[in-house]
Amino acid sequence: MLQDLKELSELNGVSGDEIRVREYIKKRVKKHATQISEDPYGNLIVRKGPEKGPRIMLAAHMDEVGLMITGIEKSGLLRFHAIGMMPNVLMAKRVFIGKDKVLGVMGHKPIHLAKEEELKKMPKTKDLFIDIGMSSKEDASKVVQVGDYASFGTEYRENGDSVQGKAFDNRIGCFILLRMIMESDLPAFYSFTVQEEVGLRGARIAANRVKPDVAIAVDTTSSGEWPDDGDTPQYPALGAGAVVTTADRSVICDEKLVRTIRETAEREKIPYQDKRPMIGGTDAGSMHVAGPGVRSAVISVPARYIHSPLSFASRGDILAVEKLLRCSINNIMGKEREWV
Amino acid sequence: MGLIEVLCNAYGPTGREHRVRGIIEKELKGLCSDVYTDRLGNLIAHRPAKSKRGQKIMLCAHMDEIGLIVTYIDKNGFLRFTNVGGVFAERVPYQRVVFENGTTGIVGIEPSKDESKSSGRPKFESMFIDVGARDRESVQRKVRVGDIASFSQQLVFINKKCIAGKAIDDRIGCYCLIEVAKRLKKSIHDIYFVFSVQEEVGGRGARTGAYAIEPAYALAVDVTDTGDTPEAYKMQVSVGKGVAIKVKDSGFITNPIIMDKLAEYARTLSIPHQFEILEHGSTDAAFIQLVKGGVMSGVLSIPTRYIHSTSEVCDLDDVNGTVELLAHVCEKGLD
Repeated sequence: MLQDLKELSELNGVSGDEIRVREYIKKRVKKHATQISEDPYGNLIVRKGPEKGPRIMLAAHMDEVGLMITGIEKSGLLRFHAIGMMPNVLMAKRVFIGKDKVLGVMGHKPIHLAKEEELKKMPKTKDLFIDIGMSSKEDASKVVQVGDYASFGTEYRENGDSVQGKAFDNRIGCFILLRMIMESDLPAFYSFTVQEEVGLRGARIAANRVKPDVAIAVDTTSSGEWPDDGDTPQYPALGAGAVVTTADRSVICDEKLVRTIRETAEREKIPYQDKRPMIGGTDAGSMHVAGPGVRSAVISVPARYIHSPLSFASRGDILAVEKLLRCSINNIMGKEREWV
Repeated sequence: MGLIEVLCNAYGPTGREHRVRGIIEKELKGLCSDVYTDRLGNLIAHRPAKSKRGQKIMLCAHMDEIGLIVTYIDKNGFLRFTNVGGVFAERVPYQRVVFENGTTGIVGIEPSKDESKSSGRPKFESMFIDVGARDRESVQRKVRVGDIASFSQQLVFINKKCIAGKAIDDRIGCYCLIEVAKRLKKSIHDIYFVFSVQEEVGGRGARTGAYAIEPAYALAVDVTDTGDTPEAYKMQVSVGKGVAIKVKDSGFITNPIIMDKLAEYARTLSIPHQFEILEHGSTDAAFIQLVKGGVMSGVLSIPTRYIHSTSEVCDLDDVNGTVELLAHVCEKGLD
């Protein structure tokens, strides 16, 4: 069992509420870090090794997509705002609200009461509500307040190579960085960032602090396999290795850095695959335009159903990403002059 | 072949500007004391001030052009793609494109989705690049997912003064900066010529370039739309009526001090000029103005028809006026 991944996955940490994730990581890295710093925005930057040589920044965001309670109706039902999720992902799901993890369910009309046309129509997120089993605003207000965060209480599981849980985007990235800090001596600025899901905000500040020469975002990406008879793209695929980005909506990755990463993978026989171009964005989007510019890349773990209550990923892919990061950093450190 | 032609015909989609950079670097040899490429790929040429009272002025033109990025190679060897930068889908079918390694292709479209046969705009999803291959394997030897193509259309003169070609946005701006560097004899001011990358995806190069340079003043040199064609969107800018001094666009409002100064110079030198309000679109200046503690910025635009097509049209008189005005700015400063 990847115990740290289980712990990280099961923590709740919607954008802006990353404190539990941060505290967990802080506790785990204490003995292994050269320096730990926290900035006013909530980023956690763990430096390992001496300050000389190329400054390499690895970034994984601590926040996950989730919900925030925005209103309590007379009926005791809760209105909410969702970040990064489609309504079809939310329908009828369990959610846990606030620090006390009050149980709620995404309210919906049962089949017995729904009219035929309602069954055919997908509701809009703004028409959904959370039911916590109360029947008045007064009762609901005793356990929940406006501004509470809510997330999915999915338990982590493993089944052979398959790892299964919530918030894999991006606790998997946090897990990989955590392992590197604890199990290797690679000098780098391991940065655990906040508020990626709402606009790559934390990484922007973290990069201003670290002032890196080279930055790599470590994240998850939607796997592309989908039942389809047509001649359509089916990549990246679960189990096919680390995903290397050429360009997404937020960044056109540094050509030299991408080449170095691919060559490293070839030489070390680490399985790797392409990311679908121009889809999504990562912390690299903020990092590469920080200060006078930073050579940046993204290495991801493919995962199915990210931005939903349950994602699947492959342990093999996670280990491939970790190994690719380690070997690539070694490679960069070996040719120091080319990168500073 | 003239410099404008060489610049416009060169391969240089967003994120892959190195060919253009190479051409410019060669032209600048001996003209600037310091020419270097920064981490994002911006080419920066510096003419240090002759006086301590000199102002630090940054001139910026972007090297990149819009392009197409390969997302999938199907089993018959057709390349599926999406846009890099603001590509209008309806202008793409049947165009020629070229990859960095010279592989040339034609954009095809699924017949049922062809605009002429159905209503509505075509989508990139229904288009493909045909490189004449029969299967995936043979294509994979030349092109891979993530490769970026640029349009390939050679520049032509449509009359003695008007040129048509791809990437006039913004190689014509690059040309202006090179010409200024060539003409500029001596200046008390500290001049930085910045040939930026990745403007078409949001001024990314200009932002980091300006951060490193920290100029007091910046002028972006780029193209702007016109309202002088049949049934055109109302806009009081015409090709051939002079350099356009930007008043505002969708991301930028020109500092009035800069605008007045530019207009004053243009009047003094009798350079034909017009004032530009662009309702849709922006330039590197939108990003430069917000760097660090702020940069007092302006824009000189070359009026151009059919921007983001393979036949952008502009007038060389407007271009020469822009060069003249810029050179004057470099000599006299901006305050």
